[in-house]
Amino acid sequence: MREKLIERGLLLVALSAVATIFIIAYFIFREGVPLVAKVGVWDFIASAQWAPGKGRFGILPMIVGSLEVTVLAVIIGATLGLSCAMFLAEFAPRWSVRVLKPMIELLAGIPSVVYGFIGVVVLVPMIRRAFGGPGFSVLASAIILGIMTLPTVIAISLDALHAVPPLYKEGSLALGATRWQTLYRVQLPAARSGIIAAFILGMGRAIGETMAVIMVAGNALTLPTSLLQPVRTLTANIALEMGYASGDHQAALFATGMVLFIIIAILNTIALAVTRPRT
Amino acid sequence: MPTPLRYFVALACAALLSLLGCSRGSKNALTVAGSTSVEPFAELLAEHYMAIHPGSEISVQGGGSSAGIRACQNRICAIGMSSRELHDAETSLVEIPIALDAIALIVNARNPVRKLTLVQARDVFAGRIRNWQELGGPDQRITPITREEGSGTRASFDEKVMVAGMPRGRDGKAEPAALAPDALVQNSNGSVREIVASDPAAISYISSGLVDERVAAVVLDGVAPTETAIRSGKYPVVRRFLFLTNGEATGAAREFINYVLSDSGQKALAEEGLTRVR
Repeated sequence: MREKLIERGLLLVALSAVATIFIIAYFIFREGVPLVAKVGVWDFIASAQWAPGKGRFGILPMIVGSLEVTVLAVIIGATLGLSCAMFLAEFAPRWSVRVLKPMIELLAGIPSVVYGFIGVVVLVPMIRRAFGGPGFSVLASAIILGIMTLPTVIAISLDALHAVPPLYKEGSLALGATRWQTLYRVQLPAARSGIIAAFILGMGRAIGETMAVIMVAGNALTLPTSLLQPVRTLTANIALEMGYASGDHQAALFATGMVLFIIIAILNTIALAVTRPRT
Repeated sequence: MPTPLRYFVALACAALLSLLGCSRGSKNALTVAGSTSVEPFAELLAEHYMAIHPGSEISVQGGGSSAGIRACQNRICAIGMSSRELHDAETSLVEIPIALDAIALIVNARNPVRKLTLVQARDVFAGRIRNWQELGGPDQRITPITREEGSGTRASFDEKVMVAGMPRGRDGKAEPAALAPDALVQNSNGSVREIVASDPAAISYISSGLVDERVAAVVLDGVAPTETAIRSGKYPVVRRFLFLTNGEATGAAREFINYVLSDSGQKALAEEGLTRVR
């Protein structure tokens, strides 16, 4: 009886998490869909004119901006993160792993507003001096986001590398391959699906990040054509304007959230498909 | 209903009830809600007022001018705050101007350009003037920074600066010039000032009470945003901070408004950088 009670209780609590996602999706879509229907799907996602006060709702610059910043951030995060994971998994002496791993985990605990603040005070003026332009740019956002994705990318790809059966490594070494050859030709391919999942989860983190991006992106409404131009992401659009929005403007922000939701759902589906063990 | 489910429902109901009970609060509290620009000043005044009148309770909430106006219309709060003028549909409310706030155009302290005409300012923000050289400054691209769509400061700026020299429509009102799409957007006076203080090429606008030595306020059409110029109406970009009531204020609301309009209330506002209305 007691057993059953606990079991049912846990089930309910577990279901509540799933229910939350459905409730959130329901409310976002309920608010957003009517506006998109009114404006037209095509005009909403393919027009570059955003002026809610004048009834123009085009979020193309934000979609492009979000993707551009995210892809760049993942490239930065993947390069640095995977190298770091490879080092930690194979080459780092035992003591340095004990020091480095907690430090990387600490990186995940720094609030995003702090990253943004460092971006504004250090990174943005640096970019302004080095390359010209306002400094608030795609580049600044991508660098900040790239650093923010590091803990995710490192932790998950490290797990993936550790999950490779030691037999593979031993076999390769026994055949006379060097450690680098073994890592590069045997362990990395074996951990491939886990590493790709790490990149995709890092991408999810990057696309959803808001505060730090608002602070360094400049939030202009143009389609960014160069790395040094300011950019506005989907999340920034919602956070910037929600304070004052009402009526259609508010609905348009919900619709922006809807697009974001769909993009993230697609990313997660890809992550699931990639990580599913091949049968 | 199976037993465990019943437990959960009972628990959930209890939690809900206790939440409702807490949020109701004291009955004598006076609620002031609305504009985030007016909010810090109203908070300050409320603190002063509660210090002089022990036992009184005033709670000040933000939410934006439009939210404040709606809350006042629906009698959710006793006093609404607005940093913009009322629209035609909102004029049923009683408006009590409590202070004037000038919006200063600011540039970096190192920028030699200190004088602009309204039309030049409009052209800078509309993206028609793109280099400081055209304004007598160094050969450097201008970085205009604006506030987010919906901001009261941005609305006043649009109404007063972006309409300068624009053709008037049939109703006598001019349509504001469109903002340059590549203008940076920041969502607070603070971050705007921070950027202008660090970027020599930047120009933006903030509440004049917040101008400090790291940025310079531009002389607009020959007038600097000084107190006399603001009060006489010579400085072109001034907005009113309004308290709103639904019908004539009575009781606690009346007393608080009287305090705000009194000499000590007005002095407190002036010390914070606003301009007195009395």
